[in-house]
Amino acid sequence: MTSSVITARVKQKQIAQLITGGKRLDERGLTDFRPIQLETAIIERAEGSARVRLGKTDVMVGVKIGVDTPFSDVPDQGVLTVNAELVPLASPTFEAGPPGEDAVELARVVDRGIRESKAIGLEELCPVPGKKAFAVFVDVYVLNHDGNLIDASALAALAALLTTKVFNYEVKDEEIKIKPGYTQLPLRNQPVAVTLAKIENKLVVDPSLEEEQVMDARLTVAFGKEGKICAMQKGGSGFFTVEEIMEAVKIAQGKAEELRKIVVGG
Amino acid sequence: MKVPKKMPERLISEEGVRLDGRRPDELRPVKIEVGVLGNADGSAYIEQGKNKVLAAVYGPREVHPRHLALPDRALLRCRYHMAPFSVDERKSPAPSRRETELSMVTRKALEPAVFVEYYPRVSIDLFMEVLQAAGGTRGVSITAASLALADAGIPMRDLVAACAAGKVEGRIVLDLNDREDQEGEADVPLALMPNTNAVTLLQMDGQMTIEEFEQAVNLALQGCKQLHALQREALKSKYVAVKEEVGEE
Amino acid sequence: MPVFCEKRQLVVPGDLLAEGDYEGDENTYQEGEKVYATRVGLADYEGRRLHVVALNAFYIPSVGDLVIGKVVEVGFTGWNLDIRAPYVATLRASDTLSRSYRPQRDDLPSIFDVGDLILCKVTAYDRTRDPLVSIREPGLGKITRGQIAEVTPTKIPRVIGREGSMVNILKGETGCRIVVGQNGRILVSGRNPEDERLAIRAIRKIEQEAHTSGLTNRVTEMLRREKGGVVESAQEDA
Repeated sequence: MTSSVITARVKQKQIAQLITGGKRLDERGLTDFRPIQLETAIIERAEGSARVRLGKTDVMVGVKIGVDTPFSDVPDQGVLTVNAELVPLASPTFEAGPPGEDAVELARVVDRGIRESKAIGLEELCPVPGKKAFAVFVDVYVLNHDGNLIDASALAALAALLTTKVFNYEVKDEEIKIKPGYTQLPLRNQPVAVTLAKIENKLVVDPSLEEEQVMDARLTVAFGKEGKICAMQKGGSGFFTVEEIMEAVKIAQGKAEELRKIVVGG
Repeated sequence: MKVPKKMPERLISEEGVRLDGRRPDELRPVKIEVGVLGNADGSAYIEQGKNKVLAAVYGPREVHPRHLALPDRALLRCRYHMAPFSVDERKSPAPSRRETELSMVTRKALEPAVFVEYYPRVSIDLFMEVLQAAGGTRGVSITAASLALADAGIPMRDLVAACAAGKVEGRIVLDLNDREDQEGEADVPLALMPNTNAVTLLQMDGQMTIEEFEQAVNLALQGCKQLHALQREALKSKYVAVKEEVGEE
Repeated sequence: MPVFCEKRQLVVPGDLLAEGDYEGDENTYQEGEKVYATRVGLADYEGRRLHVVALNAFYIPSVGDLVIGKVVEVGFTGWNLDIRAPYVATLRASDTLSRSYRPQRDDLPSIFDVGDLILCKVTAYDRTRDPLVSIREPGLGKITRGQIAEVTPTKIPRVIGREGSMVNILKGETGCRIVVGQNGRILVSGRNPEDERLAIRAIRKIEQEAHTSGLTNRVTEMLRREKGGVVESAQEDA
């Protein structure tokens, strides 16, 4: 369970009533994101990093590059690993310990957006095919949970990857020798995730924590370039009709473009 | 055993015939049995293509550990697990991140169907074991799990049927097998409560335009409805057999 | 204003039973004007009321039910009983003693211990607490002889029959004392184990064929046939 924090029934009713009237608790429109703040290259020790504040939700992503052996079924590609931690300081409901199902889901959905959109040029990250590959570790670190961790994490991951530099190297006797200088990580696509929640049969973009607690269900849609869907995940214990799904996907496509501009610029 | 590199052959012919002989909108052959285990309160076994999945329910029963009990409803717990021998390269029995995520999404797919509010302070424990995996196991698991719940006599709003559609070599196809899943362009698993057309599981990975996605969703819905008809038959079959035995109708 | 099912039609959860000005009772739920089944069973209706007789359902206690419980834990102030429900039942020590309970003097395990079977009545149960049972009425208490058959609780009415017609046949043909617990446990106590086993075989048959008609006759036939050959009663029914 994401949180066992119980929203007072009075507030639940308030949220529901407002939404039926097209408004939300924080006075946003149904399809508005909360204010977004983005910082990049904040952790010098990491090869790439970014921090996204989406309203009060605060997520930091660090990218580390290591050297590893490639997977046997794709011996000429680099290795991408995405991990997420819901550290206890981010919420009274997070406990220390190995990742629970929410952390696992978060990591895997962010991973899917990056992997399926083929955002990272993994074929360029295997200096010695079959023996030595670059491992790209994307670690999502949630600092404050106020709802919609997926969108914030995906955005921070993209921003971090865009600023990631891989150390220069040369191959000697099938070993990697580090040379001075850096090269930008090869990025081919810029995946962006948009999450909508279903409340009182209406769809709202970027649910806050309170909205997540009263929602029926949520749908996350990730888009790559040219408006192609690259990942999708339904969450929550409720359901969607097919009409709601298609409506959500169309809204998400437009919002994804807005978000991408914030990270990529222009 | 290494997974062989991508074969140069096509997955779908010009005429639309897939490697296993199916047309784009065909499900794999399905075999369903309900009530197969002696101890579990409810159970079901499904073979779909080469997939073999066993689902079982214990409950409603006392929650262990007690502090997890919910005051106003039953706690539905699901465990999706793959047997070490279910895949080509032996899989470690320890739960992987994929199994953790699938345990969660299958639970979210079934929860809307169960009347959990009828039974406060108890747990309904659902176990899905993949004995042999061949693509689309989460769909087969959900279809089997919903039968296990019905077999256990747990009141439900509807059965839940699930399958996946996707994009393979540019075509939208139904019920991807393992090669189509691995080598195709996109995969859309979907679960449906058929009587109310409520989608309770929806995921996607790969790359598709919105139009292609809509086509895949519609194809998956058709597949779910076909599975639902088979589910209903399977639930009724043991009672129908007894009726025939005693010479009724 | 249509009803979509016939009487005694086999339905599964989610099947639409009727649409219109109808009301759903047992094992159904309503959404607007539509009534759906919630369990596998036989649909039936009387006028504008529909219900489903479930073919398999677990026992949920009801105040006043006669049940057979098994002691699973001896506590400080009473016993916990497994009554085949999702909730464990409590039998208070104060209920069994004719005077107030004295923890130093009264040794609970010597009265009822783990594994004992108790015939008791449900005296309290609601959504917020576990059921309470009592043995205050005459005839209730520890079961000391006989065998227990466990059946799906939904089949109990069939075992009893209309105004006891079925259970009376069982008693008459086997000569056993038969006490039917609402929680699906049935006590069969006879002059010898063969009679008890015969009664239990008949109960199994009722459970298997509860959803068919002509059952009373087939059960009577079976009992008479099996009683006829002493050799046959040694074989167990499939």
